[in-house]
Amino acid sequence: MVENRPWSNLFAHLILIAGVALVLFPVYVAIIASTQGPGQFLRGTLPLLPGGHAIDNYRAMLDTGLSRAGAPPVGLMLWNSFIMAMAITIGKLAISLLSAFAIVYFRFPFRVFFFWLIFITLMLPVEVRIIPTFQVVANLGMLNSFAGLSIPLIASATATFLFRQFFMTVPEELLEAARVDGAGPLKFFKDILLPLSITNIAALFVIMFIYGWNQYLWPLLITTDPDYYTVVMGIQRMTTAADGDPLWHLVMAAVVMAALPPVLVILFMQRLFVKGLTETEK
Amino acid sequence: MQTKRMTFPGRWLPYALLAPQVVITLIFFIWPASQALYQSLLREDAFGLRTTFVGLENFVRLFGDPLYLNSMKVTLIFSLGTTLLSMSLALLLAVTVNRMIRSRSSYTTLLVWPYAIAPAIAGVLWWFIFNPSIGIVPYLLDMLGYRWNHRTSGGDAMLLVIIAAAWKQISYNVLFFLAGLQSIPQSLIEAAAIDGASPLKRFWTIVFPLLSPTTFFLLVVNVVYAMFDTFGVIHATTSGGPSQATNILVYKVYADGFVGLNLGSSAAQSVILMAIVIALTVVQFRFIERRVNY
Repeated sequence: MVENRPWSNLFAHLILIAGVALVLFPVYVAIIASTQGPGQFLRGTLPLLPGGHAIDNYRAMLDTGLSRAGAPPVGLMLWNSFIMAMAITIGKLAISLLSAFAIVYFRFPFRVFFFWLIFITLMLPVEVRIIPTFQVVANLGMLNSFAGLSIPLIASATATFLFRQFFMTVPEELLEAARVDGAGPLKFFKDILLPLSITNIAALFVIMFIYGWNQYLWPLLITTDPDYYTVVMGIQRMTTAADGDPLWHLVMAAVVMAALPPVLVILFMQRLFVKGLTETEK
Repeated sequence: MQTKRMTFPGRWLPYALLAPQVVITLIFFIWPASQALYQSLLREDAFGLRTTFVGLENFVRLFGDPLYLNSMKVTLIFSLGTTLLSMSLALLLAVTVNRMIRSRSSYTTLLVWPYAIAPAIAGVLWWFIFNPSIGIVPYLLDMLGYRWNHRTSGGDAMLLVIIAAAWKQISYNVLFFLAGLQSIPQSLIEAAAIDGASPLKRFWTIVFPLLSPTTFFLLVVNVVYAMFDTFGVIHATTSGGPSQATNILVYKVYADGFVGLNLGSSAAQSVILMAIVIALTVVQFRFIERRVNY
């Protein structure tokens, strides 16, 4: 702040409040809608104050779901999403730590070649190679399985780069000391490198958990069995049915439950989230 | 590329450490991508019984296909609209947050969380708000004399998906604009203030030019986001309709290949998209190299 101008301060607060309201508005509407009874949507516009059916709606969605729309209970889908997100996150972290360790702490033929091979994955998102990737997964018999949901997504160039960058800043003396004391590569990795990387791992964990939870196209392609639906893609099945039937109160209950876990992760781990985001993107 | 000065000896261990990442990359990235390249040169008959090598015919057909050209135009409008809307709102909010002292972190928290919401869910949220029969916005627009209907009007549908996609991206842009603003030396702004420059003038002549590296970086990231990460927004709401008005390239690859089962054409579209991603990635990395030298 350069100078004190009470009016322009007030104006700034007004802009920010409007901005926050704009950002919150859709979610507010969803929460309100999820507390209404079934008849509310036949009468035209949606009320802007909560109704009294919150518990019924949420319980109905968690336990039974919209079976007419072919969607399983939301409880099951949340669980599937959680497993998929955790598998993707842990998988990405594990294989990226190992490959960054190999690239930084060893000299071996084709080292640079492997580095570029990993780099190329940045340029090939699932969205641009839908059919052939589906064919590969189908041929491997991984349709409708957690392995199929997670393994094809766990290669990670960004995490490998980030860990490589971080390992390069680890003092040389640590390695020298470890070798003098007779520690082998795996012991050095486990007892020195991993504990040093813990903040970076945590920051990436937050980003990748959100990435994994929000996967949409991939589960849509490879799950046909409702037992493996994840919640973000399952909601799409419900909306197609809801457009014909006024079941919006139930759909919005599912939307709120699907959005809640990643939002909570950001709110409670904001510092790690910001660190992870700004470091992975450059 | 560097290693540490001192490294571990080991002939097999580094390969073993790299193996998981490399195997997954080869099986699920490199192989499918090369399959897409190969399939884009083939044509399958209607029953999938015979494939013939047709060279670049799939590409020639695509560029003569009015539907594909339309999809390119739609993608251009959609990504520019999303990028401009999201970045301008985010810049306004970031500059305003940056003025605050005590309330800064609370405003940041309140603006940042939509990053966590999946594009598909963002789509469903706005689809509901704009629902022609029960939505709130169409109700208000109706009082102003406008009949909103994204099921029949292509323009309405496009606006809806742009709003949904831009809304989700605001938080990301705010975070990066804030980081960029904090790296601008306060002394420059103070000097301008002493010379009598108004806040608006200070913004356009000092802050905005110094922010240009961040702005350019975000421009590329937002275009990539709008082109490739918004599949969920389209699929969960308009499904490319009405009459192709929101059929962006990524959605068309899916619809033609997975729903329409036209493999040759879908593969050719994949190849074109790969070329676009590679071009954008190169632009992004070149620029980042330059930014380091500033």
